[in-house]
Amino acid sequence: MIPFAYSRADTTADAVRAVSADPDAAFIAGGTNLVDHMRLEIATPRTLVDVSRLPLGDVIDTADGGVAIGASVRNSDLAEHPAVRSRYPALSTALLSGASGQLRNLATTGGNLLQRTRCPYFHDPTTPCNKREPGTGCSALGGYARDAAIFAATPDCVATHPSDMAVALALYGGVVQVLGAAGDREIPLNEFYANEDPSHDTVLAHGELITGVRLPPPTGAPSTYRKVRDRESYAFALVSVAASLRVDGGHVADVRIACGGVAHKPWRAARAEEALRGAPASAASYEAAADAELAAADPLPGNEFKRRLLRGTLTAVLSELSEEQ
Amino acid sequence: MDASITMTVDGREHTLTVDTRTTLLDVVRDHLNNWSPKKGCDHGQCGACTMLVDGRRVTTCLSLAVAQDGRDVVTAAGLADGDQLHPVQQAFIDQDAFQCGYCTPGQVCSAVGMLDEAGGADLSDDEIRERMSGNLCRCGAYVNIVAAVRQAADGAPDGRRS
Repeated sequence: MIPFAYSRADTTADAVRAVSADPDAAFIAGGTNLVDHMRLEIATPRTLVDVSRLPLGDVIDTADGGVAIGASVRNSDLAEHPAVRSRYPALSTALLSGASGQLRNLATTGGNLLQRTRCPYFHDPTTPCNKREPGTGCSALGGYARDAAIFAATPDCVATHPSDMAVALALYGGVVQVLGAAGDREIPLNEFYANEDPSHDTVLAHGELITGVRLPPPTGAPSTYRKVRDRESYAFALVSVAASLRVDGGHVADVRIACGGVAHKPWRAARAEEALRGAPASAASYEAAADAELAAADPLPGNEFKRRLLRGTLTAVLSELSEEQ
Repeated sequence: MDASITMTVDGREHTLTVDTRTTLLDVVRDHLNNWSPKKGCDHGQCGACTMLVDGRRVTTCLSLAVAQDGRDVVTAAGLADGDQLHPVQQAFIDQDAFQCGYCTPGQVCSAVGMLDEAGGADLSDDEIRERMSGNLCRCGAYVNIVAAVRQAADGAPDGRRS
């Protein structure tokens, strides 16, 4: 780890000012990902600005019936929050399926959105990786690609985004609230992640601080999150599915699907959703919808299994949701 | 670069000057000579370094010491009340829940924090395993660890020091 200066920000404006003014500065909150990267010298900030004690630690009911989640809210607290458990159950389940109790007590909402890929080559400084070191190439192409994306990958990077929380936030139409040197802005979660330049995971500019996430009011449709992984607990998703489904008169009245472990971002399955609107609420419809989505998949040698895994998981989740109604 | 911090560890307040790169785990072991918490993977993956910070279990190998200013830290060595062991510590002895013992202080702190998080809920063995999954034991003493956590859960429902 290289030497660095440390300061604690008292206000969000101070934090933004401090990091914006210094290209070698970074925000730190829980540190569960950044400290590890600093130890591996994947990240080499010369100044850390601690934002973990800013007054962004609340979950607040909004006037429209949604919630506003502060960026400093701990993952464990968010999972336990009564409003989240009752109105956004897939978010609670997703949070509790991520990491371990010790890590969820440290990890924050803002930091979770900014955690970086677990692609093994990203974490191994002896190998080429465009995300870690732009222009060096992608070792997962032709290498170990079990964890890699099957949607929207590029010849430069096939990494997946590891967050469970973000998949559930994408399902519920989350909007990321950001403060930068030029002021506030809101970024829908669907537009938050980028992969044109693999070294930039998100559309955030240097010095922009996540201050929270706003969730619109729940639609009232039952929702759930299912994660499939190599061991039963404490592992990243091979694939995951967050879905909500409302059945009316035996037909699909409303459906939303977001998938994890398959792209550089939470993957909204727009093709599957389109195929399902108005369709009979049946296993055959769910399988056809999964196939419609998977028509756009482009797996690598080594992760073709994700096609069948996603098809099965999606079908099972939608069947489970329809059986509840 | 150095920074000054004040924190309480196992009931005693310490004011220290530390390199900003130092983790809480390294401060407790190398500056305070408290070797109860163990360094395992040093990447947050094994749980051997688990301590209670402001009452909550955390992986201290990923926690910068400089960010702990003003915090209250408890290690497995600080759980006992004099000669009276914490119920979780006693349960680990009663159930022979260790082999080499290296992961034990982290397991004990994690169990104490976990029982507090569970708030007295009736935990199945599967739920104990899930909630303890952040602590790896290379000896594979999991069967007895689950039995120990069950004993502590049944004896001290809220997991707090009795």
